[in-house]
Amino acid sequence: MGPPDPILGVTEAFKRDTNAKKMNLGVGAYRDDNGKPYVLNSVRKAEAQIAAKKMDKEYLPIAGLAEFNKASAELALGDTNEVIKSGRYVTVQTISGTGSLRVGANFLQRFFKYSRDVYLPKPSWGNHTPIFRDAGMQLHAYRYYDPKTCGFDFAGALDDISKIPEQSVILFHACAHNPTGVDPRPEQWKELAAVVKKRNLFAFFDMAYQGFASGDINRDSWAVRHFIEQGINVVLSQSYAKNMGLYGERVGAFSVICKDVDEAKRVESQLKILIRPMYSNPPINGARIASIILTSPDLRKEWLEEVKGMADRIIDMRNQLVANLKKEGSSHNWHHITDQIGMFCYTGLKPEQVERLTKEFSIYMTKDGRISVAGVTSGNVGYLARAIHQVSK
Amino acid sequence: MAAGSLFASVPRAPPVAVFQLTADFREDRDPRKVNLGVGAYRTDEGQPWVLPVVKKVEQKIANDASLNHEYLPILGLPEFRANASRIVLGDDSRAIKENRVGGVQCLGGTGGLRIGAEFLRRWYNGTNNTATPVYISSPSWENHNSVFVNAGFKDIRAYRYWDAAKRGLDLEGLLEDMESAPEFSIFVLHACAHNPTGTDPTLEQWKQIAAVMKRRFLFPFFDSAYQGFASGCLDRDAWAVRYFVSEGFELFCAQSFSKNFGLYNERVGNLSVVGKDADNVQRVLSQMEKIVRTIWSNPPSQGARIVATTLTCPQLFAEWKDNVKTMADRVLLMRSELRARLQALGTPGTWNHITEQIGMFSFTGLNPKQVEYMIKEKHIYLMASGRINMCGLTTKNLDYVASSIHEAVTKFQ
Repeated sequence: MGPPDPILGVTEAFKRDTNAKKMNLGVGAYRDDNGKPYVLNSVRKAEAQIAAKKMDKEYLPIAGLAEFNKASAELALGDTNEVIKSGRYVTVQTISGTGSLRVGANFLQRFFKYSRDVYLPKPSWGNHTPIFRDAGMQLHAYRYYDPKTCGFDFAGALDDISKIPEQSVILFHACAHNPTGVDPRPEQWKELAAVVKKRNLFAFFDMAYQGFASGDINRDSWAVRHFIEQGINVVLSQSYAKNMGLYGERVGAFSVICKDVDEAKRVESQLKILIRPMYSNPPINGARIASIILTSPDLRKEWLEEVKGMADRIIDMRNQLVANLKKEGSSHNWHHITDQIGMFCYTGLKPEQVERLTKEFSIYMTKDGRISVAGVTSGNVGYLARAIHQVSK
Repeated sequence: MAAGSLFASVPRAPPVAVFQLTADFREDRDPRKVNLGVGAYRTDEGQPWVLPVVKKVEQKIANDASLNHEYLPILGLPEFRANASRIVLGDDSRAIKENRVGGVQCLGGTGGLRIGAEFLRRWYNGTNNTATPVYISSPSWENHNSVFVNAGFKDIRAYRYWDAAKRGLDLEGLLEDMESAPEFSIFVLHACAHNPTGTDPTLEQWKQIAAVMKRRFLFPFFDSAYQGFASGCLDRDAWAVRYFVSEGFELFCAQSFSKNFGLYNERVGNLSVVGKDADNVQRVLSQMEKIVRTIWSNPPSQGARIVATTLTCPQLFAEWKDNVKTMADRVLLMRSELRARLQALGTPGTWNHITEQIGMFSFTGLNPKQVEYMIKEKHIYLMASGRINMCGLTTKNLDYVASSIHEAVTKFQ
């Protein structure tokens, strides 16, 4: 019997709990200040436009909706980027971030002859390891999170990365690192890029939170753009699950920055050969919504405001949680809660403490002490602070 | 950074034939052009058809302010899974009553095949037994092979199916191949409306197939992409699957709702798992979750919602069955009209196979030279195998297609 999924299993347990005060801080899905799922207005408008158009339901091409692919690449790199202008890239529509990572992993397994080794930050999203493993790659780690500071172990990361065998694959979270919420600063990214370039490493970016981290889509994609500027041809996974709230529609993209247009065409043809025996071609609904939003000036503007709104609410909850912990009389240093960024926060709580939170307070989170700040509201932040203080004092 | 490219040696892969055909068709400026290639339904005006019931349900969904875009569970929308399995196994299915059926919502039929194949490679006939032979009909949908290869199987074989000489099922060859297959081999069976031949075993022949498979412990993996579309009747088109279940087989059935719901681009499919008992099925599903999690995490919600809403409302369900019959009837009409014209023209050869075959496709029997003539000279696009999509025929182009076939057959042998 397969064990329950460590992340999605948390929600399933939460659903079964009958405690009125229960909190789901497990899976990373945004909630508004009433704890409700939030369907973006820009999404609703795009949906209305789609409904009015009365389109057919013919198969998409294997690589997906072309307008979406183009818009997605431009969102990530900026539409004036030399890569976009020259066309030396390929972007295919994928089944959200997971599908993108899997297609990328399979592509590397088949065509990246130089190495089978993929280096993930420690820790990383729980699903990274099985995805790459199922695709036939070997997993390793580089130091990333420093439990002593609940921050970035920059020296450790540089040290480890400088020792990674040349031409290995190294995965970076572009922004809003999951699960820790700890991101390198721009100066640190510059040094990381330099050592990646020096060691000839292959950079794989996972960007699931563009716009969601700082509220600014350009700031959140800065690292990706910097690497490319330094002459590093990266591959990139994008997800629109969080920043457009399109979770269940499965909207994502996989991009390969290539040497030239010819290589891009060859790579595209092989990505299609991988996709066809997986699911033939991708689902249209979410990609159409995303495409309309990205390419309509009004809707794009509205979307950017909504994304900023979500990011701001999360930052506000971080501030309130720390303030409430102080009020509770906690003597611990909780700065990391506000230093960290994005949907998740690595509280620093131990598994035993997490278990108590769940058993005694019906607060659900993953065993590694990760909370989804999106699940915190002004209505329950006090209860959360009290509970955390109780198990950690 | 290396001066050359890391991907310098990545070769240009050939395009998938059926999509290249459609691309060529699109570029063709000839006003007489006809697309008999890719398998999607077309109306008599040659247009795609969004089923009226689908439009109705989509409107309902759009107006339901309580719906959001949250993640579905890993295995998919529960109401979809249960009802999709019920559709293929029947309302009175004993297997369902005995709680030994599970469904995995997948991305179309392809997704169902892939998840099923990944599971079998990992857990069937030992663990990670990539050497288990997988038998695919000769010919079959071209993607079957890729699915099983990419799932890790090393020994993909063909079982005899199409008898080109008699233009029918090579039952003797099929049964012989099953007799000589190693025990526990996996057999991919088309539940109905075989693609590309349109030739299905009769009920009696299915019984013979099942008997051999039972005796030799062969695993049935059904591909059901045309339920309802073949005969116009859902139950009739599911007969083979249900017969195998009643004979006590454990089996997989990859169901597609692309054609019978016209939901091609929403990617709606269901992998039905029938096991000996509930406990076995639960354990199988738990492992399916792990497989799904590293491929797409959880499936897309839109299409599953449409199907589940339709199947759970008696009125909408009746309307759907009616829409399906509309499509099936038009195909049947085109078959009889084409055959009649060919016979009236005195086109050399026999043409009863056009009406005896079933489903969207017909294996015309045209050879590569004749096919080339059809495409290049007559701008009628069909697969190199001679497969035509009956849905591409309309009352307006029947005469042109019939006379073109006549020319092709008389000009080239």
